[in-house]
Amino acid sequence: MGCFSYYLFPSSPTCQVPVTGSFACQFKTIPYKQLPTLFKQKKKQFNGFQRASRVVSYYALKTPPYKLDSLEPYMSKRTVEVHWKGHHGAYVEGLNKALAKSDILYGYTLDDLVKVTYNNGNPSPDFNNAAQVWNHDFFWESMQPGGGDMPELGMLEQIEKDFGSFTNFRDKFAETALTLFGSGWVWLVLKREERRLEVVKTQNAVTPIVWGDIPIINLDMWEHAYYLDYKNDKENYINAFMDHLVSWNMAMARLAHAEAFVNLGEPKIPIA
Amino acid sequence: MALRSLICRKTLGLAFSSGFKLQFRGLQTFSLPDLPYDYGALEPAISGEIMQIHHQKHHQTYITNYNKALEQLHHAIEKGDSSAVVKLQSAIKFNGGGHINHSIFWKSLSPVCEGGGESPHGSLGWAIDEHYGSLDALIQKMSTEGAALQGSGWVWLGLDKESKKLVVETTANQDPLVTKGPLVPLLGIDVWEHAYYLQDHVTVGFDYD
Repeated sequence: MGCFSYYLFPSSPTCQVPVTGSFACQFKTIPYKQLPTLFKQKKKQFNGFQRASRVVSYYALKTPPYKLDSLEPYMSKRTVEVHWKGHHGAYVEGLNKALAKSDILYGYTLDDLVKVTYNNGNPSPDFNNAAQVWNHDFFWESMQPGGGDMPELGMLEQIEKDFGSFTNFRDKFAETALTLFGSGWVWLVLKREERRLEVVKTQNAVTPIVWGDIPIINLDMWEHAYYLDYKNDKENYINAFMDHLVSWNMAMARLAHAEAFVNLGEPKIPIA
Repeated sequence: MALRSLICRKTLGLAFSSGFKLQFRGLQTFSLPDLPYDYGALEPAISGEIMQIHHQKHHQTYITNYNKALEQLHHAIEKGDSSAVVKLQSAIKFNGGGHINHSIFWKSLSPVCEGGGESPHGSLGWAIDEHYGSLDALIQKMSTEGAALQGSGWVWLGLDKESKKLVVETTANQDPLVTKGPLVPLLGIDVWEHAYYLQDHVTVGFDYD
């Protein structure tokens, strides 16, 4: 079996190639150079959401790393189902349909596809689908059952360094989410140039990777993300996310990964 | 029935021109206009629950924040604080636009018993046939535009004052139709998710249009 490169963070959103034995067997005869940028799989059936087409899927609808009802009562199973299979699924389908027709966009990784279609502020029609697929992959992984609470160790240190205290960060995050007009996302990003964490908000489907920043966690502030559970009550939704859903484990992993690209200085090792 | 339509017309007239309250400082504040029909009157097309939350929570929030922004603007103008004045513009556009748009929206809707859903008559009917061929074609166009809208926004049927033509236009977030040119809004459809999500969340809005 040829060894083909795969990302060391199998659950990172940049990795679209799940490495399983049976999957690898299908590609014995294909030179490995073609593989890392393309993910082909057979059509999956999703209770009728997938129409009977002969489109080969280029991107798959990635399953959240937990059961759909495990975020109860903070995010109901119904919301996760409709959000994931309905909205996220529709974005994936739309993207695949566009890719089937496109000669130029075929073959990019999802990250690069998002950056290319963003076109430096003048997004092409495919940007919305591509970016929303990326954002939602990131979102499901930014949460976990039994999440929330406080981050630890290096993550906490970095937050305290850049925001003063965890409470300051939390307030800033909540305030940014509440002052977002329309649909969008709120992010905790590691800014590459400034080498610090910041809270940013983006409209519609925009994601900070188009500016070269490294996202750590995000929160979906499109109404479909919270309307069934919280209706108009955004504050409760944000609190539930911060207190019970956000996955600091994932955030720590992403920050550690980011430190390979951004020099955040020496860690503060206490002197004995 | 006649009495009801009388009340409706009166409320309609009031909703547009009133909703003002003069405060001692001379600052106008706005208040939530009443719906010209019951919350449940638009069933089964739009549920009473959605209408109530939409009216009492969303529209009210826009009005509250609009009043707040106007007051802050008033202070900033008095003090001559230009940067504060400019900074408030986005809040005014969003919340003020939300108030304008929703006020038009309530009037764009009507219970079936009062003619809601019927084809337009008279000059509007002729204009639609002239520009779009048929009412169905217009409905199709508005549905497509609404579904294609990414994020939150509105779909409008408007009249271009200069060219005297009907146009179908979309605006993002809460931008009112005037931001798209010399257009008079005739009909507005709210395609923010909150307008249909509790009822149609699976179909993602297609049936709603």
